[in-house]
Amino acid sequence: MTSKRLAQRSYYGKALADLAKTDDRVVVLDADLAGSTKTGNFASAAPERFIEVGIAEANMIGVAAGLAASGKTAFASTFGVFASGRCWEQIRMAVAYPKLNVKIVATHCGLSVGPDGATHQALEDISLMRSLPNMTVIVPCDAYEAYAATMALAQMEGPAYMRMGRSEFPVVMPEGCEFRIGKATVMREGSDVSIIACGQMVGAALEAAEALSAEGINAEVVNMSTIKPLDSEAVEATVAKTGAVVTVEEHSIIGGLGSAVAEYLSENMPAPLVRVGTRDTFGESGEADELLVKYGLTASDVAAAARNAIKKKR
Amino acid sequence: MMNDLGIGEIQNIANKLRLDVIEMTTAAGSGHPGGSLSAADLLATLYFRIMNIDPQNPYMEDRDRFVLSKGHAAPILYAALAERGYFPLEEIKTLRKIGTRLQGHPAYREVPGVEVTTGSLGQGLSMACGIALAGKMDGKDYRTYCLMGDGELQEGQNWEAAMFAHKYGLSNLIGFVDRNRLQICGNTEDVMCLDPLPEKFRAFGWNVIVIDGHNIRQIIDACEKAVRSRKNPTVVIMNTVKGKGVSFMENNVEFHGKACNPEEYAKAVAELKAVIQ
Ligand SMILES: Cc1ncc(C[n+]2csc(CCOP(=O)(O)OP(=O)(O)O)c2C)c(N)n1
Ligand SMILES: [Mg+2]
Repeated sequence: MTSKRLAQRSYYGKALADLAKTDDRVVVLDADLAGSTKTGNFASAAPERFIEVGIAEANMIGVAAGLAASGKTAFASTFGVFASGRCWEQIRMAVAYPKLNVKIVATHCGLSVGPDGATHQALEDISLMRSLPNMTVIVPCDAYEAYAATMALAQMEGPAYMRMGRSEFPVVMPEGCEFRIGKATVMREGSDVSIIACGQMVGAALEAAEALSAEGINAEVVNMSTIKPLDSEAVEATVAKTGAVVTVEEHSIIGGLGSAVAEYLSENMPAPLVRVGTRDTFGESGEADELLVKYGLTASDVAAAARNAIKKKR
Repeated sequence: MMNDLGIGEIQNIANKLRLDVIEMTTAAGSGHPGGSLSAADLLATLYFRIMNIDPQNPYMEDRDRFVLSKGHAAPILYAALAERGYFPLEEIKTLRKIGTRLQGHPAYREVPGVEVTTGSLGQGLSMACGIALAGKMDGKDYRTYCLMGDGELQEGQNWEAAMFAHKYGLSNLIGFVDRNRLQICGNTEDVMCLDPLPEKFRAFGWNVIVIDGHNIRQIIDACEKAVRSRKNPTVVIMNTVKGKGVSFMENNVEFHGKACNPEEYAKAVAELKAVIQ
């Protein structure tokens, strides 16, 4: 793992600026947060295709739907709590049901938002978006993957939600990596337990695997960067190998990656499962690293969960 | 040519659309006749005189677009589309039935001519803004027409959209308010007052035209005036009667979302047939 720390949203902004040059169907909407979401990069590159809607997220989704119905590929960005919560029903009717080409890209998701506190820490957004029919849900694991995923979204037809964090954190993918929607990546092979993670928790999972190997535990780490449609083949393949699973996400254990994997496993190949995520709680103010410790989202929490999952095997 | 239809002919079509609304909601056993009937004259005028459309080529690039923001009035939209030739008239009897394209509320391109999905109130104007903005971006000269309910305007999102349309100079956007003064729980001014409505839109930077929404001449004149705007969006506030054209439905809040029983059906059909040539 390299020690380079990058913010996903910066690479989202870079990708949009590149798309400004290559894809004239792309339009970008933002709700007074272009500096934070980095859609401002697109605004500089293609001001005539950047749409500032003001602090009006519901309207942003409707306008994006109208643009998409007129042949545009509309990226709409704001913070995750607002993107997924404030206008959930607008997304449901105006975008998901008619399968329109709107990409809702949320930044500032998860506890690592930090000092802004619980009001700004989206821990339910994956759950909200995953329950919508026709909606693709993507959680890239680092900045490089965020870039690649943005490019993939511009190619894809139909509605999608992409979730990113606020802070800089270590990259784990190679620069210039490909992104295939719906395909997981095995980051490290192992045979004793599968750690299926998304977002910045993929880094924590790799660190945990490293620590476990010192104890003689061989953990496989899977980057599940598309939550929906879930790469069930990848889940099956890894669980067939290891027989025990840990899911890790910077999100509630209700409705997110952990739930998606649990749903698949319990219906298709029951296996011991331990979910790491926030446990039906709101966050609070603090520094990102302090919050991840307090809410049990560190590499050592993941390692403990892995030991636990292995113990549950018969 | 469609556009040559005279006032009397359009009025006659409006009454045919009303009859279709009664036929289809009665066949369905549910639906929203009141707000469909109040909008019949507008839809007849738009679809048979004003809009640049081609039912044989429903998604031609330069077509004018119609957004039914008050999606519960789906029956009047389906009636207009069917009578105009977008799909067979017989199909209107399938409204709300299993397997139909005529969903209870209009679904995007499910039937040709339905431009967006509506039914959850307060969202259509935003979508119409997006469509109008795309037209401006692409240098097209199509127009986007959007019909809202008056009660619907209580949804805050309309006013987000109203600010947006003004900011982006969407002179190609023409809104209509079906000002029938009724919503589900009674008079709009009792439920949550909207007056003075013209002043509200004016304050948001819109051109405002107030007309009798059952007067075809006034609808045509308002559209022609709106089309001449070069800078701002226009809203046509149409004073209307909910249930217009069927005596026992007029101004009767009960027929907001209720179909006719057999006796009511017979009476409604007789009344409408009496005025249709
Ligand atoms: C967001 C939303 N809330 C509530 C409803 C239920 N509803 C359907 S029609 C209606 C009243 C609409 O009144 P108005 O806009 O005046 O329509 P009209 O009188 O033209 O029928 C309501 C509350 C809805 N469809 N959408
Ligand atoms: Mg009304």
